[in-house]
Amino acid sequence: MIEKLKPEPAIQSSKDASKIIIEITGMHKWFGAFHVLKNINLTVSTGERIVICGPSGSGKSTLIRCINRLEEHQEGKIVVDDVELTGDLKNIEIIRSEVGIVFQQFNLFPHLTVLENCSLAPIWVRNMAKVEAEDLALKYLERVQIPEQAKKYPGQLSGGQQQRVAIARSLCMNPKIMLFDEPTSALDPEMIKEVLDVMVELAETGMTMLVVTHEMGFATAVADRVIFMDEGEIIEQKPPNEFFHNPEHERTKLFLSQILAH
Amino acid sequence: MAEATETYKVGQHPDLPPPRSEVGVIGWVKYNLMSTPFNVIMTLLAIWFLWSIIPPIFEWAVLDSIWTAESRKACWAKMEVPEGAACWAFIKDRIGLFIYGFYPADLRWRVNLSFVLMVLAIVSVLYENMPGRKFGLWYAVAFPFITGWLLVGGLGLTHVDTDQFGGIMLTFIIGITGISFSLPIGILLALGRRSKLPVIRVLCVLIIEFIRGVPLIALLFIASTMLNYFLPPGTAFDLLLRVLIMVTVFSSAYIAEVIRGGLQGIPNGQYEAADSLGLTYTKAHLLIILPQALKISIPGIVNTFIGLYKDTTLVLIIGMLDPLGIGRAALADAEWAGLAREVYIFVAVFFFICCFSMSRYSLWLEKRLSTEN
Repeated sequence: MIEKLKPEPAIQSSKDASKIIIEITGMHKWFGAFHVLKNINLTVSTGERIVICGPSGSGKSTLIRCINRLEEHQEGKIVVDDVELTGDLKNIEIIRSEVGIVFQQFNLFPHLTVLENCSLAPIWVRNMAKVEAEDLALKYLERVQIPEQAKKYPGQLSGGQQQRVAIARSLCMNPKIMLFDEPTSALDPEMIKEVLDVMVELAETGMTMLVVTHEMGFATAVADRVIFMDEGEIIEQKPPNEFFHNPEHERTKLFLSQILAH
Repeated sequence: MAEATETYKVGQHPDLPPPRSEVGVIGWVKYNLMSTPFNVIMTLLAIWFLWSIIPPIFEWAVLDSIWTAESRKACWAKMEVPEGAACWAFIKDRIGLFIYGFYPADLRWRVNLSFVLMVLAIVSVLYENMPGRKFGLWYAVAFPFITGWLLVGGLGLTHVDTDQFGGIMLTFIIGITGISFSLPIGILLALGRRSKLPVIRVLCVLIIEFIRGVPLIALLFIASTMLNYFLPPGTAFDLLLRVLIMVTVFSSAYIAEVIRGGLQGIPNGQYEAADSLGLTYTKAHLLIILPQALKISIPGIVNTFIGLYKDTTLVLIIGMLDPLGIGRAALADAEWAGLAREVYIFVAVFFFICCFSMSRYSLWLEKRLSTEN
């Protein structure tokens, strides 16, 4: 049974203490009459790096968007950092301030400078003093290697730079979990690397990461586990080595043959 | 261009200056006025047209015009050709009425002071770089109350009935009240119309659609006559106040629709990004959504404001005398009858200056808020 498939013990033991930070059980979601997520069971430990892949329309973006409730699930249970996601607005705001998300289209605030983009949430959600928030923002802008762009507006930056600002903006909230929704899909090829480099570096710091991506190189280098989804179901989840060289299911094999063919 | 014909190694071609015909005055004239034979003809025609109308207008309005006279006849007697030039003496004679309406002459300093306070308030609101702007904004919030007290009186000042208000002062009162209250109300209506709560949404839709579906004149008539029937007997409810409410409500409905358009122009990703950072609905709207939506809506908002400002002349239908009403009343004076051109030109110029300023301010603001390259 697919839903009974547990992460390999080896993966679990590679993480220290491995406190469970996300637990999704029997989760279903519909868009109107369309059953987009079917019986999702997923457990993520602190510090785990998970790559989710699958054909378009398989529900992988929807899945990670359920984790900070940008999408609402209708059945099942999602527990993030010991808080269950329900209609309770206060809980949702708490979860959201601890779960960062990076979008395919960056979604920076175009009317604010890069520095303001990054310091806004610490100031208005964490009630941090402005000076302190700006120091924090600069620290993370340095980490994504664009402190010199702090005074510019997002519209003046390249796609790769914007995506790095978006990562810095999320990091400024000091999140426990980072979600990446196809972070490199909207980028020109020469900019993909600069964003992936930042993500690899972030992974090395021990951040819990769930990444929807087709960058299989990134998955091989960084992921503890690769999840393959199709038609709203988790079909298979394995460490990257096994996933790429020894896929179990026909659909996984077909998918891999399609994306690795070129 | 000797330089352009030079050859450079592949990959080492420098940027060369453009040919002279592409830039500067010559380039501009060439592309804008003389680009085709048809364009040349149009340019010449336009020059001829301007040449034939501007000098006569200038002569009529400025060079030959009369600035001091006792009456229309005295005015015409001073001209080479009777009625051949503008008689601004008429406007000068009535300028007090045009500015203050029937406000008691010895109390007009209160109106003058209000004008000064108004300019200060407008500058504090409109210019972000003004020193001490934070204080200026608080002052702007207090301004309507200070002015209301100054103009109407009470609390130590002689009371003046609002039916003595008139002229430019009345236009400013209605225009500025309408503009400054309809923007926040319009924003609330627009947000309400997009609310997820059906009660609020339906209520806002009803208000907006009803107000937009009724002509302003009808609303003004309702204000001047029918409102009394709805209110408990004996309630004295100032006519000016009723007009202010109607004008504000009317323009709020239009502003709401303009801002709704702006809100629809904000990509969903902006809401998601704001939500995902843990911002509440109010903070997300104040910090992220509204600043962008209002910026997109500036042309539409200012368009509505200009419309509202000019529509203030409609109050003459219910017997209030704005500059146009004062002018029409002045024309009824036998001493001055027949000088309609001067009156209407004066009123038109007054409204044009106000509306054109608004229009230029909005362009300046759009430019300043632009964050593209």
